[in-house]
Amino acid sequence: MSDEHAIIRTTDVVKTFQLGNQPLEVLKGISLTIVAGRYVSIMGPSGSGKSTLFNMIGGLDKPTSGKVFIDEVDIAQLDAYELAWLRCRKIGYIFQTFNLIPVMTALENVTLPMTFAGTGSDEAMERGMELLKTVGLADRHDHKPSELSGGQQQRVAVARALANGPAIVLADEPTGNLDLSTGEEIINLLKQMSADRGVTIISATHDFKMLNVSDEVIWIRDGLIDKIEQRDELKISIGTIE
Amino acid sequence: MEKLVALPFTKSVEIAYKSIRARFFRSLITTLSLVLAVAFLCYVQAGNNIAEGILQNGDPAGLQALVRAGFDVEEGDTVIGDTAKQRWIVLLSLLVCVVGIINAQLMAVTERFREIGTMKCLGALDRFILRLFLLEATIQGLLGSLTGALIGLLFAVFSATLVFGSLVFSSLPVKNLAMTMLAATAVGCLLSLIGVVYPAVRAARMEPVEAMRVEE
Repeated sequence: MSDEHAIIRTTDVVKTFQLGNQPLEVLKGISLTIVAGRYVSIMGPSGSGKSTLFNMIGGLDKPTSGKVFIDEVDIAQLDAYELAWLRCRKIGYIFQTFNLIPVMTALENVTLPMTFAGTGSDEAMERGMELLKTVGLADRHDHKPSELSGGQQQRVAVARALANGPAIVLADEPTGNLDLSTGEEIINLLKQMSADRGVTIISATHDFKMLNVSDEVIWIRDGLIDKIEQRDELKISIGTIE
Repeated sequence: MEKLVALPFTKSVEIAYKSIRARFFRSLITTLSLVLAVAFLCYVQAGNNIAEGILQNGDPAGLQALVRAGFDVEEGDTVIGDTAKQRWIVLLSLLVCVVGIINAQLMAVTERFREIGTMKCLGALDRFILRLFLLEATIQGLLGSLTGALIGLLFAVFSATLVFGSLVFSSLPVKNLAMTMLAATAVGCLLSLIGVVYPAVRAARMEPVEAMRVEE
């Protein structure tokens, strides 16, 4: 894989929701390219359409018009099987509300995607423990989500997102339900994963702590791309704010 | 790489079992109406079986006791079937039971929207979700109907003993009673499955985004 390989590409993505008789255009034509291996933040106020864009990129929702390519594959062309396979193998999801399966232990949560991917039970256990070790929760592997703190739950979620060695990790407001320092821990963890494993990390957020670690920031406003800033430009603009 | 997502059968049984255990109280409520309906079905049928046993025993005292207990029998009869009234009441109770199960399962599915959405994001196919719910219903149905059948049988024997005394035990139709229990259990499992089909299909068809949007 070359450095400039586009892992995600969208062309003129429009998404319209029907609110009663009133069509509401949430995304008004978004074209962007995300290069593999980078840490990208999608920033924008709530209601700007960033969660919607995020869902499109993750293959969780289909655009009204326009195309989304993941690894140069148009996701609109995929059937249910292929879409499930994509979600299972290529993409790892991290949610604001953690979304661990409440009836399963931390380890079972991490190994569930491996089971879907057809990994044998022993191998899954082994890799699951390894992942829990990397997020620093190996000793809590037998605990249910309700017995873990928010930060710990999110760490388990990070481990789960990495279960099948995805090319992309999508994080939707990963720090939204966490306090400042725990949020920072999660951000650092994500950054470290991106550096160690070369995973492309895309996070929708309005947490400014994210800016420090991002290679690229996409600002969304009113369903359109406001600006895209690279890391070096970012330092300057933050410098002027501070 | 083959584009395959899988959920082995043993694994799905394990998940379904854990899910029931973790939500024991909710499962208990879902199952309780089934226990009652199956107990009633088994009670009625077993009562007839026992009466039939006494009849086939050929003892004149037995025949008299049956007539006194309100059974419409004459000398020479060998079978006692359900009366129309019994059939109606049993049918109604089963109907109420199915409605109760559908209601309880719809609630249970709604509670688990987020979990379902998450599983789909992790790569679960519609049929994985469907299979999990059907398995849960089967396990609940099996346990619930077995319990119900046992309760119904015990009550039938108990109340028959009150009416006929020791006659019951000298002519207990063990084979027929076993068949009745088996049939009642099968009916119970079927009801449990019928009750879960609509909620489970609804859950399985849901788009992940939709499922995640639900507030808890």
